[in-house]
Amino acid sequence: MKKNESYEEFVKGVWRDNPVFVQVLGMCPMLAVTNSAINAVAMGGATLFVLVGSSFLVSLFRHVIPKQVRISCFIIIIATFVTIADYTLLALVPKVHKELGAFIPLIVANCLILGRQEAFASRYPTRLAVFDALGMAAGFLLALISLGAIREILGDGKLFGFSLFSQNFEPWIVMILPPGGFLTLGVILLFFNWFKYKKDEFLADVAEAERSGS
Amino acid sequence: MDNLLWIFISALLVNNFVLAYFLGLCPFLGVSNSLETSARLGLATTFVMLVTAVCAWVLNTYVLIHAPYLRLICFIVVIASTVQFIEMLIKKLSPALFRAMGIFLPLITTNCAILGLAIFATNRGYGFVEGIVYALGAGIGFTLALVLLAGLREESELSDIPKLIQGTAMNLIIAGILSMAFMGFAGLFSTS
Repeated sequence: MKKNESYEEFVKGVWRDNPVFVQVLGMCPMLAVTNSAINAVAMGGATLFVLVGSSFLVSLFRHVIPKQVRISCFIIIIATFVTIADYTLLALVPKVHKELGAFIPLIVANCLILGRQEAFASRYPTRLAVFDALGMAAGFLLALISLGAIREILGDGKLFGFSLFSQNFEPWIVMILPPGGFLTLGVILLFFNWFKYKKDEFLADVAEAERSGS
Repeated sequence: MDNLLWIFISALLVNNFVLAYFLGLCPFLGVSNSLETSARLGLATTFVMLVTAVCAWVLNTYVLIHAPYLRLICFIVVIASTVQFIEMLIKKLSPALFRAMGIFLPLITTNCAILGLAIFATNRGYGFVEGIVYALGAGIGFTLALVLLAGLREESELSDIPKLIQGTAMNLIIAGILSMAFMGFAGLFSTS
């Protein structure tokens, strides 16, 4: 029973309530850093660390933090973890850190993270909060990697830096430039809409058949 | 003077905060359904950006040279409290303006364009005047992008669009085309 609950929270974030594709949160870092798959992984990893860490702390202190100043408290906790992530990336992978540039500090303003603290971590016990954060961060990472991979393959003909096509491949440069980010995410959302539309249609059909049968 | 003009045009058009840096996308997609509200939000954001630029400069010059690792926490706390303070001030001084800006003022705290402005200005080592010009350009650029999208969305309400495309997907594709148009400004200053 208990294990199922945690599992449920985890899966919810990855698919049914995917932060990017379903809730459309955390768009700014999402679009800005996904011009290559490796940047997407670094960004997703940093977000995972910050989200899990701050969810854990917020949930641990949820009875201590006064209601009136909770938002400021959340933000200070988040900013602390972002600072740690920023300096860790600088020490471990300076090249990626340079490419991500100002977008690492900007994780603070990612509405996904503050949203999870307000909606979940400040109300539920620590274990559930950590699993919720893990699920949400995994969903975010999944979205980042799929977007980053699509843009890198189309715009550069590579994936994680390895060439995929022969010399004749003509890169579709606009995909790694800013407009490509908007267009790719737009098309992916379109696909999700279509998927949902088909599912609703199917469910309506089933209901219809059941009604006429009985 | 040339330098200042370049900073302004760059923040306004070439490196538009929304369409080239993807900053402030939440209000960009969320609030841009009517022309009037987006103009007001743009106004409020520009105002907060100006104040933030001044605060960031003061912090950078007098406080953060002693403790650079506190930069992020300092910025976010100062921005949040400044927005709160401005809100109270406007409410007291000009209730009409307060009503016009409405709910947007508190929401601006979580707008990444504001924090982005402070960080970019610091990274590039802008001075006091440069910072203000940069904030002005970025704020007006943000307003421009918001108003453009709102105009297009108001138009699209009247036209016959497949149900599947309506909503965020269409807004993103419109934004992509706008962004492509703004890329044309990249050649604006390269020759001079």
